[in-house]
Amino acid sequence: MDAILIQILNGLDKGSAYALIALGLTLIFGTLGVVNFAHGALFMIGAFCAVTLQKLLTLSVTTIDPERTDFLGNPLKVQTPYVENWFGPEVGGTIVDWAVPLAILLAIPVMLLVGFVMERGLIKHFYKRPHADQILVTFGLAIVLQEIVKYFYGANPIPTPAPDAFRGSLDIGVWLGFDPYAIIYPYWRLVYFFFAGVIIAAVFAFLQFTTFGMVVRAGMADRETVGLLGIDIDRRFTLMFGLAAVVAGLAGVMYTPILSPNYHMGMDFLVLSFVVVVVGGMGSLPGAVLAGFLLGILQSFASMNEVKSLLPGIDQIIIYLVAIVILLTRPRGLMGRRGVMEE
Amino acid sequence: MTRQTFSRRGVLKSGAATGAGLALPTIFTASSAAAFTNAPTGSSVTLGFNVPQTGAYADEGADELRAFELAVEHLNGGGDGGMLQTFSSQALDGTGILGKKVEFVTGDTQTKSDAARASAQSMIQKDGAIMISGGSSSGVAVAVQGLCQEAGVIFMAGLTHSNDTTGKDRKANGFRHFFNAYMSAAALAPVLQNLYGTDRRAYHLTADYTWGWTQEESIAAATEAMGWQTAEKVRTPLGAGDFSSYIAPVLNSGADVLVLNHYGGDMVNSLTQAVQFGLRERQANGKDFQIVVPLYSELMARGAGQAIKGIPGSQNWDWKLEDAGTKAFVKSFGEKYGFPPSQAAHTCYVQTLLYADAVTRAGDFNPCAVVEALEGYEFDGLGNGPTLYRAEDHQCFKDVVVVKGAENPQDEFHLVEIVEVTPTEQVTYAHDHPMFAGGSLGECNPGA
Repeated sequence: MDAILIQILNGLDKGSAYALIALGLTLIFGTLGVVNFAHGALFMIGAFCAVTLQKLLTLSVTTIDPERTDFLGNPLKVQTPYVENWFGPEVGGTIVDWAVPLAILLAIPVMLLVGFVMERGLIKHFYKRPHADQILVTFGLAIVLQEIVKYFYGANPIPTPAPDAFRGSLDIGVWLGFDPYAIIYPYWRLVYFFFAGVIIAAVFAFLQFTTFGMVVRAGMADRETVGLLGIDIDRRFTLMFGLAAVVAGLAGVMYTPILSPNYHMGMDFLVLSFVVVVVGGMGSLPGAVLAGFLLGILQSFASMNEVKSLLPGIDQIIIYLVAIVILLTRPRGLMGRRGVMEE
Repeated sequence: MTRQTFSRRGVLKSGAATGAGLALPTIFTASSAAAFTNAPTGSSVTLGFNVPQTGAYADEGADELRAFELAVEHLNGGGDGGMLQTFSSQALDGTGILGKKVEFVTGDTQTKSDAARASAQSMIQKDGAIMISGGSSSGVAVAVQGLCQEAGVIFMAGLTHSNDTTGKDRKANGFRHFFNAYMSAAALAPVLQNLYGTDRRAYHLTADYTWGWTQEESIAAATEAMGWQTAEKVRTPLGAGDFSSYIAPVLNSGADVLVLNHYGGDMVNSLTQAVQFGLRERQANGKDFQIVVPLYSELMARGAGQAIKGIPGSQNWDWKLEDAGTKAFVKSFGEKYGFPPSQAAHTCYVQTLLYADAVTRAGDFNPCAVVEALEGYEFDGLGNGPTLYRAEDHQCFKDVVVVKGAENPQDEFHLVEIVEVTPTEQVTYAHDHPMFAGGSLGECNPGA
């Protein structure tokens, strides 16, 4: 029982990431009709916003310590972060320690800008082109973006730890009456799960309870009619692209303590997130969220030794198996709308 | 309807093109006038350095390339000479190889066997490389070694740690300086016994490919021999990213040690996540839970950050060793690039010197002469103490460095500290040891 609970918890945080990426993908597809294969790269860029802020906060002034030597026997150059010089070691150290949550403030404008440039500079030229063209150009863009990141940050994962306050793990098992250490769950993964919940709720509230959101929803349902009413739906859809980029970016920022960022992380999530979108139903926002959590949990269960001993390799294919079953039994996905991606 | 016309010039052009085309398939034997593939005829000789320039091991590949570049510079008489000054052979005098200037070409393995073979083939066919070196993956090394055997060129393996490279997949034209999984286990086991005792239950998470399999087999055999039990062996896909669903079952497995048979980005992620799950703070079977990473690297330690503290593992070499060869290499490399070399850089530098030295001692570039010069060759002064290139399997036998993550590193270059240097005798095994069985070197292939 405790093993099952652990895997459900594991599935929740993985599912949170899938749901956030799939939510953005669905927003873009639902509004602009673009199949955006560069969406994983937006997740990766968000993660590198955290890396960048961490690097900025640890920019240091160099002093020579004549008492100590470096690896070549020369006097040691000691690096002290500017923030520690400015605010003192304690406050400066705390600012550096909280680099990941603070990176949210950096990621929001950066991702809005990236989304805006991406949409206005490239993707808008492909609105009326076939989906295959859109996939090719966005996939190419994703490769370019990840190579740029690799050029500046290298190929190896870069550690971006959570603040000290969130290191360690919570003994959930004791709360539920199990033995101590039976169900352990890292604090940061809980933070990520709640953070994802807040973002998802905010996006839904924005679409549901604001005039802007109402127009966007109307545009998603019938773009031409909204245009005939004199509303500049394209401008709103461009903003939605920016919003989707911000959602993916924030998902990336907060995921960095869970998975040390590397230039390829976006591609790793992209394919699975597309399966999530298809399983949830193309164009369905609730479907994307539901399928994200569902597939995250299923993937975790499939990694259990008991399951793998019965079905070797199942952990690698479970998501695709589920996708096949869903598409055979419900061709529009779990919550797909009639007419989306249908001639 | 079109009317075809023939001119004398056109016929000559077509004939020349057809002739060249027909000659192309015999590229590997094109040097039949010479006695071996890509026999150097001019004033220079070309070496091929095949490293991951893209993909997950690109940083290690970049460090390997730096080392190759430095080795070529030293062979051609540039720089301060590095390990040429400390190498026991003294056959190399900074005038290239047999008086020919050393040039090099590079290829990108992408850490994929098929891409690595393609780039090695291109370097052999198009660029005339007479020796191929490099790599950061055993899957790649085994694939490229096979290609070099077919093509008739020497393969001086870079970073490859699977037993299979000089075990079941060994080849006469292939040589490995780097240590292997068996040696890691043999060096590490006594240290683990001292640290954690003989009554332990180990849970293995293993990268699901040749290196992971042999690493798991080796470390399980070595720890079981000293009394440990193996609770579970779980294979994980290469590049899984999030290992939480593999780590969570460890909590209730009855194990009190987690052995991470992972490397590169996988190791960074699995170790970080294991620490996040509180494994190092928990108790199991009345003992403190421990984590072991059998194969270490400085670059990985940098990626893992604080999670690496106190974790034991093994290395082929470390820049903090005190011998003259290491000091000379670290000085050359450090002054040129501004940071100390990794073990991947070291093994690639050494392999290049060893190849050049073997050619010089043999007085011939013929691969079979090089094989003869390297087989059973004993040398010193290259950073690992006295070393033997064993004739039976083309594996180097030398000391192994047991390390652990530093508790309070003074800077980013001191993340790993040396626990002990395990002597060669302790890590030596019979060439027909069961873990290395099933392969044979075969005959040297000069390619002619």
